Amino acid sequence: MKRARVAWNGTVTEAEPLDSGRLLLPDGTIVDDHKVMWLPPVEPHTIVALGLNYADHAGELSLAAPKEPLLFFKGKNTLVGHLGRTVRPAGVDMMHYECELAVVIGRPARRVKAEQAYDYILGYTIANDYAVRDYLENYYRPNFRVKNRDRATPLGPWIVSHEEVGDPMALALRTYVNGALVQEGYTADMIFSIPYLLEYITSFMTLAPGDLILTGTPKGAVNVQPGDEVVTEIERIGRLINYIE
Amino acid sequence: MIVNVRLRLAGRRHSIEAEVDWRGGTVTLDGRTSRINEWEWEAPEVGAMYGVALNDRREWEAMAEAMTAPPYRKPPEGPVLYMKPANTINAHRRPVVLPPGVNRLRAAPAVGLVIGRTAARVRPEEALDVVFGYTIVNDLSIPHEQLYRPAVKEQARDGFTPIGPWVVPKEETVPLSSLSARVYVNGRLVQCVDLRRFRRPPEQWLADVTEFMTLEEGDVLFFSWPADASLVSAGDVVRIEIEGIGALENRIVIEEGGEGE
Repeated sequence: MKRARVAWNGTVTEAEPLDSGRLLLPDGTIVDDHKVMWLPPVEPHTIVALGLNYADHAGELSLAAPKEPLLFFKGKNTLVGHLGRTVRPAGVDMMHYECELAVVIGRPARRVKAEQAYDYILGYTIANDYAVRDYLENYYRPNFRVKNRDRATPLGPWIVSHEEVGDPMALALRTYVNGALVQEGYTADMIFSIPYLLEYITSFMTLAPGDLILTGTPKGAVNVQPGDEVVTEIERIGRLINYIE
Repeated sequence: MIVNVRLRLAGRRHSIEAEVDWRGGTVTLDGRTSRINEWEWEAPEVGAMYGVALNDRREWEAMAEAMTAPPYRKPPEGPVLYMKPANTINAHRRPVVLPPGVNRLRAAPAVGLVIGRTAARVRPEEALDVVFGYTIVNDLSIPHEQLYRPAVKEQARDGFTPIGPWVVPKEETVPLSSLSARVYVNGRLVQCVDLRRFRRPPEQWLADVTEFMTLEEGDVLFFSWPADASLVSAGDVVRIEIEGIGALENRIVIEEGGEGE
């Protein structure tokens, strides 16, 4: 099933998207989806993100593909829901989107074996992990001014359960800017697969329910400008819409 | 010195206010005075933990030459930050487990600024208005040289961020600029540092950080002195004292069932 979090009628609630643009609330109320404010579908304690997890994206940035997963953390200040706005800082030359499959952890996960990894996964959502490349410095790179800005990681619109998605390693990812297709890739092209990543990460740290793993982005990152509509789409999950201001 | 603090005890859901005389080793809570060590402690209620790297003048000087060479190429202009995620949070007198195959940890004392209200785009001169108080952080890591990529495996291990024992509201203690830290390993003084060794004052970093990321109530921005931090191994007891705040103590242990050295 799909699970969203929305603000509606002065309260924050879970919501289940139905067909035809309607949402079912836990008390049985049905509302039109344009009458709610979409929130990030989960409030993680820890967000682990991957750098360069698609070989073509590494090549695009003239960087060698990593031999070991390249991890960094993100704060919850970065999250913004479906239809939210992300600021392009004044005076920068290069800010790009990154369409990423986001893994939502379902159970406390420590020293998980790759073969059991999917037992620990609640489901998946879409992350658009913007980067402002002007601020890139070579210390703990990608540094926080590039990747940890307020509202620079749209997340959503909802979580789709692992059962409903099936194999997360066989999904198409696409990004559209103002309706034009600008990025296309396949989760099958990840350098480090989701089961491998879960085994790797939990070999040295414990993940908690609700924590997120952002699995990296394929090739096709181009500059965006204020006023742009950016749609990141993942097969079997949905479309996450975000606006640049 | 007796200070009013906010603390959390094992088995209690929320933080409480209490009086401590940490030199005398007593705490007064619920109208009863008892030994600090009688209680089992939890980390104070804290949110995200952000460390400011390369703020220690001595660490900066040691790296100065490398900063102009690959992979760094030039000194950093913006704040160099790292996160100690939720799994790393640990408490006063709780054990810190040495990861398998690791013999030594770097134990860097740090002063933690606990945010009291939403902090976005604060100015340096009013930065302390958003700070509720101060606490002690033991910023443990597996020793590492490279700062090019985030040192996730070295810094983000379970239990690698003891914090506490409590938070002292800023009005209850000495000015931030006069805080100083002492580190004892097995009772022996090994490090003695103060804020004069910081490259820039915490107020300036608060302004620089909140220029692009909002800190929330309970988040902690912490500042360490890693250049001459001590290396500790299994069996060692690390005690960090910050005058005006208190003393945070933890023992380094080998994982139960793990292999000893």
